[in-house]
Amino acid sequence: MTLLNVSSLHKHFGGLHAVNDVSFGVETGAIKAVIGPNGAGKTTLFNLITGTLGATAGKVRFRGEDIQGRRPHQIAAAGIARTFQNIKLFHDMTALENVMVGRHLRSRAGFAASMLNLPWTRKEEQKIRDKSMELLDLLEIADHADVEATSLAFGQQRAVEFARALALEPRLLLLDEPAAGLNIYETAEVGRLITKIRGLGITVLLVEHDMSLVMDISDEIVVLSFGEKIAEGVPTAIQNNPEVIKVYLGE
Amino acid sequence: MQKLLPFALLITIVIAIELITGWTDTRYYLTQMTMSAYYALLIIGLCVVMGYAGQISIGHAGFFAIGGYLSAALTTRNLVAYKDSAVIRTLDGLGLIVAGEDIYGDALMAVSPWAACILAVVTAGLIALILGIPVLKLKGHYLAMATLGFGIIIYRIVLASEYFGEADGISEVPPFELMPGLAVSGDFGARVSNYYIAWGLLIAGLLLLRNLIDSRVGRALRSIHGSEEAAESVGVDTARFKLKVFVLSAVFAALAGVFLTHYNGGIGPSEASVMKSVRYVAIVAVGGMAHLWGALTMGVGLNFLSLRGVFGSYDDAVFGVILIVIMLFAPNGILSLNWRDYLRRLIDRPKGSESVDGGKP
Repeated sequence: MTLLNVSSLHKHFGGLHAVNDVSFGVETGAIKAVIGPNGAGKTTLFNLITGTLGATAGKVRFRGEDIQGRRPHQIAAAGIARTFQNIKLFHDMTALENVMVGRHLRSRAGFAASMLNLPWTRKEEQKIRDKSMELLDLLEIADHADVEATSLAFGQQRAVEFARALALEPRLLLLDEPAAGLNIYETAEVGRLITKIRGLGITVLLVEHDMSLVMDISDEIVVLSFGEKIAEGVPTAIQNNPEVIKVYLGE
Repeated sequence: MQKLLPFALLITIVIAIELITGWTDTRYYLTQMTMSAYYALLIIGLCVVMGYAGQISIGHAGFFAIGGYLSAALTTRNLVAYKDSAVIRTLDGLGLIVAGEDIYGDALMAVSPWAACILAVVTAGLIALILGIPVLKLKGHYLAMATLGFGIIIYRIVLASEYFGEADGISEVPPFELMPGLAVSGDFGARVSNYYIAWGLLIAGLLLLRNLIDSRVGRALRSIHGSEEAAESVGVDTARFKLKVFVLSAVFAALAGVFLTHYNGGIGPSEASVMKSVRYVAIVAVGGMAHLWGALTMGVGLNFLSLRGVFGSYDDAVFGVILIVIMLFAPNGILSLNWRDYLRRLIDRPKGSESVDGGKP
């Protein structure tokens, strides 16, 4: 079954076609990667799916519904979580609190109930805390739960961001260059975590530069160049695709 | 329970101050303590907007003025001329009109303080809502300027309109009877009870906001401050939360305005001035921005000194200087400074190697 379906997506910035007629699907349970050289339109594509940008034309269907044009928080509510290339954790909050914010959509205490600290909000608060702790545990950073998130090591910050995204209990997880800024050991570690996340039944779509990571963990790969899709297929096919080799290595 | 400990301490201090002023025959201090408590009520509300949600407002004196002026006007302006209109008759039927006589024996009709209070606070909330929808889309300096513009508009309106008493403001505002035998008024006989009313209201407000900060909503607000994009990505409707907290703080400001106006028996245009708004921002900054207790102590402390006339004619200048000094030397508020460390460095300086030209190549 196709979970996410991007069809004939276009994004123009003035005369620049950052994304030009891109179509592909992501199957439920798969790990799919979008790769391409700098300026290929990967980040723009990512922003179109997460609602940060509006498309010039085309559709993004998630579970059969067109989500193109919705605001980012509505897309999160639809079941799509994301991480950021340049990690965006909430400063002045502990790792645990960061993940607790991720439970926002799975809890409901509003202004009045929160101010009055009603018994049911206290119960809900405990549930949020327990679930968040569980996720930190899953991502193997439970020891750092009470440390201010932005003071953690880079790789650990990335894990906190993963935990925060997972707290939404999403069906689809979008990862924007999860290996950016990590050394080879940390990259391997992130690859292991991504496979672990897929094991929970969560579909993953990632945009990535690091070839070794992409080839290791992806089921399928989409290759972009100058805003257009030039190839799509399993890693081995992509590795031997002459068009892809040309784009990456030059003629 | 640990959360309630500071509250128990605060209540003890409040009672202790009342007792001490009673024994030492210095009850006159309670007047300024009462007024400071009302200003602090506005300041803790502003603290949640600025410090926690990260949205600056240099227009909160405007909300305070809306509360104070509306309740003053409604409870003093004579409605006898309109007594046959449908609106007044309906209000009268609901028991929301107070009839009496003025000092010359002419008939006097005005809105009851309770109704005026509710109307004033609701109006302030609605104006915050209408203002907030477009303005909260702005960020940083732009938001600061837009809220500043709002503050100026309110100031000029109260200064220009006859209904609000122009430069004289509104005086002879009647007491606000909360329950039989307990009224917000400046009567000397009611000084102690008013001290407790003000502090009761402030502590209740603080407790509500303290709970809010530690909740799902509080985390959402802090996440907006941290990164709006990331907050949206986990499903926080940032526009909605910013708007709600802005309205909440406007309600706190208006409520402070209503109570202080009844306590003072009047209100003047200086309460709506831009310098007042700047002062509130300065106090939140001194308190440490995202620090409710800091905002409370500084709000009470600095307003008390100001009301006692310690700063003399330089009152506004002092708050300007405070703002500059805080921004330069302690952007996280003076409570955040590590005083022990600071003093040790000061004492160690003569023999310390890193002093004077230390470390510079």
